Amino acid sequence: MIELISESRCVQCSRCVDVCPTNVFDKGEDGIPVIARQSDCQTCFMCELYCPADAMYVSPDAEAAAGVTEESLEAQGLLGGYREKVGWGPGRKPVSAHEYMYQLAARSIP
Amino acid sequence: MTIQEAEQTWAGGLRLEGDVLVIGGGPAGTWAALTAASHGARVVLADKGYCGTSGATAPSGTGVWYVEPDREAREEARQSRFGLGGRLAEEDWMNRVLDRTYENMNRLSGFGYPFPKDEAGRPYRRGLQGPEYMRLMRRLVQKAGVTILDHSPALELLGDAHGVGGARGVRTQTGEAWEVRAGAVIIATGGCAFLSKALGTNVLTGDGYLLAAEAGADLSGMEFSNAYGISPVFSSVTKTAYYRYATFYYEDGTEVEGAGSARGRSVIARQLLAGRQVYARLDKAPEDVKPLLRVGQTNFFLPFDRAGIDPFTDLFPVTLRLEGTVRGTGGIRIADESCRTAVPGLYAAGDAATRELICGGFTGGGSHNAAWAMSSGSFAGEGAAAYAHSLGPLAGRRELKGLSSTTVTAASAGDRSDRPKEHIRAVQEEVMPYDRNLFRTEAGLRASVGRLDGIWRDIRSGASSLGAHAVQAREAAAMTATARWMYRSGLARTETRGMHKREDYPEQDSGQHYRLRSGGLDEVWVQPEPLRKEVAAQ
Ligand SMILES: Cc1cc2nc3c(=O)[nH]c(=O)nc-3n(C[C@H](O)[C@H](O)[C@H](O)COP(=O)(O)OP(=O)(O)OC[C@H]3O[C@@H](n4cnc5c(N)ncnc54)[C@H](O)[C@@H]3O)c2cc1C
Ligand code: SF4
Ligand code: SF4
Repeated sequence: MIELISESRCVQCSRCVDVCPTNVFDKGEDGIPVIARQSDCQTCFMCELYCPADAMYVSPDAEAAAGVTEESLEAQGLLGGYREKVGWGPGRKPVSAHEYMYQLAARSIP
Repeated sequence: MTIQEAEQTWAGGLRLEGDVLVIGGGPAGTWAALTAASHGARVVLADKGYCGTSGATAPSGTGVWYVEPDREAREEARQSRFGLGGRLAEEDWMNRVLDRTYENMNRLSGFGYPFPKDEAGRPYRRGLQGPEYMRLMRRLVQKAGVTILDHSPALELLGDAHGVGGARGVRTQTGEAWEVRAGAVIIATGGCAFLSKALGTNVLTGDGYLLAAEAGADLSGMEFSNAYGISPVFSSVTKTAYYRYATFYYEDGTEVEGAGSARGRSVIARQLLAGRQVYARLDKAPEDVKPLLRVGQTNFFLPFDRAGIDPFTDLFPVTLRLEGTVRGTGGIRIADESCRTAVPGLYAAGDAATRELICGGFTGGGSHNAAWAMSSGSFAGEGAAAYAHSLGPLAGRRELKGLSSTTVTAASAGDRSDRPKEHIRAVQEEVMPYDRNLFRTEAGLRASVGRLDGIWRDIRSGASSLGAHAVQAREAAAMTATARWMYRSGLARTETRGMHKREDYPEQDSGQHYRLRSGGLDEVWVQPEPLRKEVAAQ
């Protein structure tokens, strides 16, 4: 489930409010979105992917809130990172075009 | 509240007119919108979530049934799942879908989708990464001049004596009502996974089936609705394909005999049913394939990385999450090649429509669904645009009324506001357990049908107030209706065929080589539909 929006990283662009398919967020008064309906989160990671500031953390557990803190996530290097893996963001190459995609397919087909 | 007051409530919100209204913005809906627009239609697309991130494809990505137009390759493709699907597919439809998918995938290349290259430097087009694919589709739809309504679930269709002519819903971020009048409506709302949290499926609650049935359309293949995906217990990511590299274990490290990702899923289910936790480890992945796997499905590894687990070396607990009709094959019955339903003006595409035409009683994912979504979407887009144009001056002179079978009002729902949650929980108790849905028996199905009928009666006896509450109430109604069509069809098929498994009838019965149509709201009916002999492939 979505666990955290880092106030220090968030650039208040509201992308997460727009893109969340299950409408988990509300716009916050100070511009930083609020996790208003956490239990509606379907753990799809899409908000994280669209967040330009790597300010969000979706914990893998789909059933229960994990209760993480920003400090511990920072320390473990877990904040953000999905965008990088998928190759989204300026100067990155989309993973869709990676030569491994083809190589894997060629290997898997019996 | 009187009907007139209710009409005014709807009228108070956003009102739009168009030629074609597309409900749902996944691959099927976006291809439908794009195609209708390219045929000169004014198109509105309404999605429950956000077109581009919502639905089963967006967070995932899919293998695609992309086959070169080579005689042998095509023949192999047609045969590949024909037997597995209980020989209910049709050769004509397979050919049309193979052709259209080939065409559409090549067009995606032209539109800028970054396909990887094979050794010869040619684009390799057998798969699509969901986030990239759906972001591109949204852009194309916008560029084509389509009006997109995000966070705008449809709650009911509008219709008159001429057929369907629009829909209404609510905009969940503002609470405002919306209404779109259109010559033709395409339902592309995806399947129903019963809020199981399988990756990306919680927006998929069977709404389109209910909308269509309320307008008088029927369904087909609803017994093929019991797909379960393997996922770690602590995660929503149901990517069963990678478990071909897994060995399954008990807690003490001994192997679960016969367990597997393809045919061995039932073995896992039986252990879980018996209360034994099953673990997996991807220890069959060859060393040189591991880095390829990590790139191939980036988000498969995300949960493991975050939980500090190396799935290649560590054991992790697994479960089977219901994917229902998303990776099943049942859905709204298609009446002709334009993806028309039984009701004039109403079209269906993607998981919302039956996929028996190309894969019979078995998909389980892997390429056919994605191919069906993009090709049926574009067939429906063409069909709906042509139909809307054929209406001519009639389009402006219709007396449309809401077709919902459950009352949605502006008045307060009073003390019933918790009812949808209770209904949803009650339906989940009928459809999620493996011993009810995966392993089916006469007694089990009958008992479930009785309880589901009770839930339906309770839903019908009350109203729900317009707004977020109405969305959940309609989801509860749609899930209940879907489960009733599923299980009544499951009862009628006294054999094991495709993904429909009857414990009491473990064999395929050649006397039941037909499809099952179903429909009805208060009274559910099921009827065999003979296959057209000349189109059934060998
Ligand atoms: C984990 C996973 C992996 C998969 N892998 C593969 C694969 O490898 N190959 C393959 O072929 N298939 C695969 N599938 C299946 C494939 O994803 C679907 O067949 C495909 O997404 C269907 O497209 P669609 O447009 O019909 O529905 P969806 O993509 O599900 O989109 C439906 C849309 O309708 C919207 N909607 C729902 N209700 C309403 C309403 N009331 N009003 C307005 N909008 C509404 C939703 O928000 C959503 O955007 C996979 C599925 C899952 C879950
Ligand atoms: S993970 Fe998905 S459902 Fe959860 S908040 Fe993010 S976008 Fe919304
Ligand atoms: S997308 Fe990221 S940066 Fe933008 S508002 Fe949401 S959390 Fe803040």
